[in-house]
Amino acid sequence: MDFGPHLMLAMLEGAVAAAILALTAMGLSVVFGVMRVVNVAHGEFYMLGAVIAWFVATTLGTHPALGFVAALVIAPALVGALAAAADKLILQRIDYDPERTIVATIGLLYIIQQGTLMTFGPDARPVEPPFNSRIALPWYEWVDGKLSFYYPWGLSITSYKLFVIAAAAAILVALWLFMTRTRAGLIMRATQQDSQMAQAFGIPVSRVYALVFGLGAALAAMGAVLVVPIQQAHYLMGADPLLLSFIVVIIGGLGSLPGTVIAAILIGMSDGVISVFFSPTLAKILATLAVAMVLVFRPQGILGKKAH
Amino acid sequence: MTERLPARGLLDRRGALKTLGLGAGALAASTAMPGFIQAQSSAPIRIGFQVHRTGIGASYGRWYDRTSQAAVKRINDAGGINGRMVELVPEDDGTDPKRGAEVVEKFATQSKCDVAFGTLFSHVVIGSAPRAGELKLPYFVVSEGHHVASGMLNRYTLQPGITDVKSQVQAMAPFVSQNLGKKVCMIFPDFAFGHDHRDYFSKAFEAQGGTINAKIAIPPTETSFTKYFPQIPRDTEVIYHVMTGPAVLTFVKELGEFFGPSRPELFGFIDSLEAVDMSSPGLEFLEGSYMWEGNPRYAQADQTEYDKAYREAVGVDDNGASVSDGKDVSTYAHMFGCWETLNIIKAGMEASGYQGPDDRAALIEAVEAMTDMPEGMDHPQGAKRFNGKTHQVFGHQYISKVEGGRMNRVHTTSIEDTLYEDEVDYTTQSF
Repeated sequence: MDFGPHLMLAMLEGAVAAAILALTAMGLSVVFGVMRVVNVAHGEFYMLGAVIAWFVATTLGTHPALGFVAALVIAPALVGALAAAADKLILQRIDYDPERTIVATIGLLYIIQQGTLMTFGPDARPVEPPFNSRIALPWYEWVDGKLSFYYPWGLSITSYKLFVIAAAAAILVALWLFMTRTRAGLIMRATQQDSQMAQAFGIPVSRVYALVFGLGAALAAMGAVLVVPIQQAHYLMGADPLLLSFIVVIIGGLGSLPGTVIAAILIGMSDGVISVFFSPTLAKILATLAVAMVLVFRPQGILGKKAH
Repeated sequence: MTERLPARGLLDRRGALKTLGLGAGALAASTAMPGFIQAQSSAPIRIGFQVHRTGIGASYGRWYDRTSQAAVKRINDAGGINGRMVELVPEDDGTDPKRGAEVVEKFATQSKCDVAFGTLFSHVVIGSAPRAGELKLPYFVVSEGHHVASGMLNRYTLQPGITDVKSQVQAMAPFVSQNLGKKVCMIFPDFAFGHDHRDYFSKAFEAQGGTINAKIAIPPTETSFTKYFPQIPRDTEVIYHVMTGPAVLTFVKELGEFFGPSRPELFGFIDSLEAVDMSSPGLEFLEGSYMWEGNPRYAQADQTEYDKAYREAVGVDDNGASVSDGKDVSTYAHMFGCWETLNIIKAGMEASGYQGPDDRAALIEAVEAMTDMPEGMDHPQGAKRFNGKTHQVFGHQYISKVEGGRMNRVHTTSIEDTLYEDEVDYTTQSF
């Protein structure tokens, strides 16, 4: 493949990866920002979103579009409710103690993963996309000094992948509006800045925490519902997103939402481009190296604030 | 010098064990002896079944299990082995080499199995076989990998029920070069099984006068594939694809989306689509492409009575899916290996007059002595020829064409097409 179309394909693939990653990492970042909780079970909430999406789509058994829309509503709601319950039942009882929280969420990871294995089974199961047509993309070349277009072999994307990018962007904008323009968002930001002061002003901090934990999980589940028509639901699919989300959140700055988006685009795109031109392993190596460099030279991340 | 060191260590350990064992043995002898005699006469023969119930091999594991249960039922209905019933002792290995070795150890030491059997994924076989050799436990694998015949493993590991990748791809090369094209781009999973494809197909294909213009390795846990496809060179005439793991459907779908209406010829190993419904959305582009099949998934027009009876026993319909759920597609091209291997264990135990673990060496010698195996209820996939020196069986291979959403067999190779020179003689190794 020529360099130009090749790069374009790499960037399109990278954009899809970045879109999903931005949603998933945003969930992790919100939870850390407000609650200072490192949620190791985050990847399993993602996986659960995909599995529930499959379940909803197959149970309804109607038109794929209807099943997909239902899944997009039901899966994040269920996963969010489960996460909020986990916060009430486990994390609040151990007082969000950092070490014990990590151990507790590792436990949660295994419970969700093995529970899925026991019920959903070990197979990868597909969800049909609501619409999916191949869009061949043109490329330009100069023939005798005149611009002309042609369709290179393999340069294409599907309408569904474009939709994923748009949908992820829309969800992120909605999240930003929610955080900055609504009363609930204001309460969350207040809790993030100083939870003791917020409590003194009558904010039910424990309820806010449960909601935030649920919101974080729901964002991961939304990312999974979007990705499951491209990939398939599988009980081990949570490992990669967890690793990448941590990389993104550390590079972007723990708790910084704009930083998370920037880092997700950076990591997603570079992952797409590097794995197309070189190898996927090299892409992972470079991403991990970037984390190490950020931790050494700018531990607070690109947009993170220095710890006081 | 370095070769001697581990042997000396082993002797020391054995010596220590002997001293320890003497005391324990004397203590246990009075109570344990009656049980031992009982085991020799009528207790069931226990076959440790290392099964990929979870992990990336799970859909294979499910069907290996069903096939093995059906084969054992048939053996028991016909009176068992040497008058004793056969009992499968299944143990999940999570498709994980480390766990695989532990499972083999458990078969030998805890669950008192006579033999171990059934492993598919090559990395698990390679991880488990050395332990089976150390524990002197006959280990019958159903894996396709070339690692048995390559001499990499040991005298206790045998593959008598399924052919290996080297012989499969060698038999495919003439068909591809004569019917599809001379410039091939290979896409394969990046572990031992895929490397067997890469090494032996390219060699056999170049011997046919063709060229391999690219070799694209994909990690077996990969979930997104489009990013690999730009490496396919423009002048490719044939794409040779083989993929395994939970994401095979995504792989084939994305391959179709990448090429759109103008694809080169496709020649695939059915591994890329095992347990995948051919009517899944996105697979339409496979129409007219070719597939290697170890055993044709769809019942063919000239179906043998053996294939018919075998399908019925395992519970597979004419489309290769479960009779109880048409969406539950089998791993038909591989799972016959379990059925045939169990029949070979039976034949070997009967030929050697197998009574208990003391006869394990005799069992291996009896299997090593086997040669031609005629097509029949014991070998429903077709006739086979076993090579006792390399512990590997050879058999017919099938090539099918995707037509109207089903696979129709268009070519059958002879056993001679699949033969190659011996690379090892396991019979010279001591027990």
